[in-house]
Amino acid sequence: MNPALQGLLTIAIGVGGCLSYFYFSNQLLDKVIFPAKGPNAGKNINRANLVRPWLFLLPAILALGLYLAYPVFETIRLSLTERETLPDGTTVYNFVGLANYTQMASEPKFWEAMRNNMMWLIVVPAMSTAFGLLAAQLTDRISWGNIAKSLIFMPMAISFVGAAVIWKLVYDARPPGTEQIGVLNAIYVWMTGNDPQQWLTVPIWNSFLLMIVLIWIQTGFAMVILSAALRGIPEETIEAAIVDGASPLQIFFKIKVPQIMGTIVVVWTTITLVVLKVFDIVFAMTNGQWETQVLANYMFDKLFRANDWGVGSASAIVIMLLVTPILVWNVRNARAEMR
Amino acid sequence: MDNIAGTKSSLTWAVHISVVVLVALWLFPTVGLFVSSFRTADQIATSGWWNALFPTEQSLTLRTAAPDEQVLVDGVYVIEGNLFAGEDLSDEIDMSAWGTSSRDVGAYAPGDTAELRDGERITVNANGDYRLESPVQMEGNRGQRVFVTAEVPPDFTLENYEQVLLSGNATDSMAKAFFNTLTVTIPATIIPIVVAAFAAYALAWMDFPGRALLIAIVVGLLVVPLQLALIPLLKLHLGIGIGKGYLGTWLAHTGFGLPLAVYLLRNYMVGLPRDIIENARVDGATEFQIFVKIILPLSFPALASFAIFQFLWTWNDLLVAKVFLIDATGQTTVMTNQIVELLGTRGGNWEILATAAFVSIAVPLLVFFAMQKYLVRGLLAGSVK
Repeated sequence: MNPALQGLLTIAIGVGGCLSYFYFSNQLLDKVIFPAKGPNAGKNINRANLVRPWLFLLPAILALGLYLAYPVFETIRLSLTERETLPDGTTVYNFVGLANYTQMASEPKFWEAMRNNMMWLIVVPAMSTAFGLLAAQLTDRISWGNIAKSLIFMPMAISFVGAAVIWKLVYDARPPGTEQIGVLNAIYVWMTGNDPQQWLTVPIWNSFLLMIVLIWIQTGFAMVILSAALRGIPEETIEAAIVDGASPLQIFFKIKVPQIMGTIVVVWTTITLVVLKVFDIVFAMTNGQWETQVLANYMFDKLFRANDWGVGSASAIVIMLLVTPILVWNVRNARAEMR
Repeated sequence: MDNIAGTKSSLTWAVHISVVVLVALWLFPTVGLFVSSFRTADQIATSGWWNALFPTEQSLTLRTAAPDEQVLVDGVYVIEGNLFAGEDLSDEIDMSAWGTSSRDVGAYAPGDTAELRDGERITVNANGDYRLESPVQMEGNRGQRVFVTAEVPPDFTLENYEQVLLSGNATDSMAKAFFNTLTVTIPATIIPIVVAAFAAYALAWMDFPGRALLIAIVVGLLVVPLQLALIPLLKLHLGIGIGKGYLGTWLAHTGFGLPLAVYLLRNYMVGLPRDIIENARVDGATEFQIFVKIILPLSFPALASFAIFQFLWTWNDLLVAKVFLIDATGQTTVMTNQIVELLGTRGGNWEILATAAFVSIAVPLLVFFAMQKYLVRGLLAGSVK
């Protein structure tokens, strides 16, 4: 069948199925199981209202459970096993304890990925937040600020792969002596007179060049959130500072920034989450060569190139462990907010 | 705050300039790709795209007409014509230098006469007219090579888009991938919205034991990395016979998108006025009616926010497609994957790469600019506070 038709059919079945599930299950509950009439009417209404939330929640709980909660535990289990295909074609998972983890720890590529991930974790959130704050503060003060904002925000809509192509063109190198078509090399050759460099193959530099791509994408996000926060600052505090003779820089750093600290932390952690999962950029631009490996790409490598599900799962668990502090922090905040 | 004494100062100009610089920096890479997608391979390879907007000095290799067109005039054999005739160039070309040897392409000025071997002489004028004379009959079947340095005006082409969209060339074609991406995206955007809306309503407006715990779980699942789910779900899909394909991809995207959907929608629905819902309840509306007739229409902004997020995320996704969709036949490739393959096979062919990338970027950009309001609103509501 044509996939497009199949897609339409899926929408129809999916949406129709969901809606009719909700409709008929509610009907069933109200009319058949606990009808709101007869001697037990009042009692039945109460009972129906006890059950109903779960009717509404059931599809979501099933999907969340199967597609997010179950995999967490299954990945933990798989990371302790080794996949083996028996001669008769069946696949078994043998318990091997922590062997996958020790194997991973003995691989230089893993430590390279860890080291790079740590660099990404420091540089990308810091730079994105800083640029975002700068852009938010500056654009809020000018008449065409909204246009400027949407242009800086635009990379958010561009896929990581698209961004990879865009920046690969920027970093492109042509042989020495010919005209450079990558901006970076054009500027480099013009400024220093040296030969052009294949920047993506020069360790350490290349990692930073990949980070720039993500910073370019995430700055818009930081700017939008921080701009809203800056507008929420009570004007009296700023007026008071002006009356007291504070300079614009003092107002920004001593009055505004402290008041939006909570939002800055939120932006920082959100970008941190993106960084931990960054895969497409590295995959498309260097594929982890020339010492640019990161955890998510390392995992993909293990999973599909080496076909080693054990070590792949173990590296996924490492990513999960790095995310866990943020998870706990978020849940605690959300609970505190609800009270 | 411009009217507060002391803030309006000479700094205003500095602010304007800083913003211009910032915007230019952010726009520059994308514009580069966009401009490149309208240039031919030769143009891209010989000059930076920033030169494409201005006339450029280019070296062209041209030929005179072949010897069989020579005529005998006053005892000399002569070939006359225009070097640019037959070339696909506009008429405004202005030659600055020319030569007959690849080692010295700028040896002569327009109007000069060059001596060739066997007593042949060639004169080339600035407009490309040439006269080649020889005392003896010229032989061979190709014309004399002439290297020309000339100012070429900006020149753009739609060829790349034809090649990428219409040619049907299997490695370059984005047309199929485009429709595949669409096929992945639309169900993967709509289904989670329906599922999440009902759950969000229950979490927002129904009282039941365990509600707070469920909300906490949703907040927790919000940050669970996708990577964790890949292996178990692939194993599951292969185990229950879905295998790799659209169905599995739709399910996966639905599952991965749900936490954000539930979270966003619940936060929005909680803020709806309590009176409306209580009044409807008193009037005897069932919960299902309240949800469909009151809550859903009122929640439109939140639904739109999430729809945009999910659309952008599924359209731009590479990882989920690679794991759950793309099989060995390559029939179900999506645009992001197609571009990655092009990076591998056609790494130097920027005209194809740039065009392919721009085709895939165009739709999200349209959605982005058309519905930015909802995207911003969603971002503000969605970042866990």
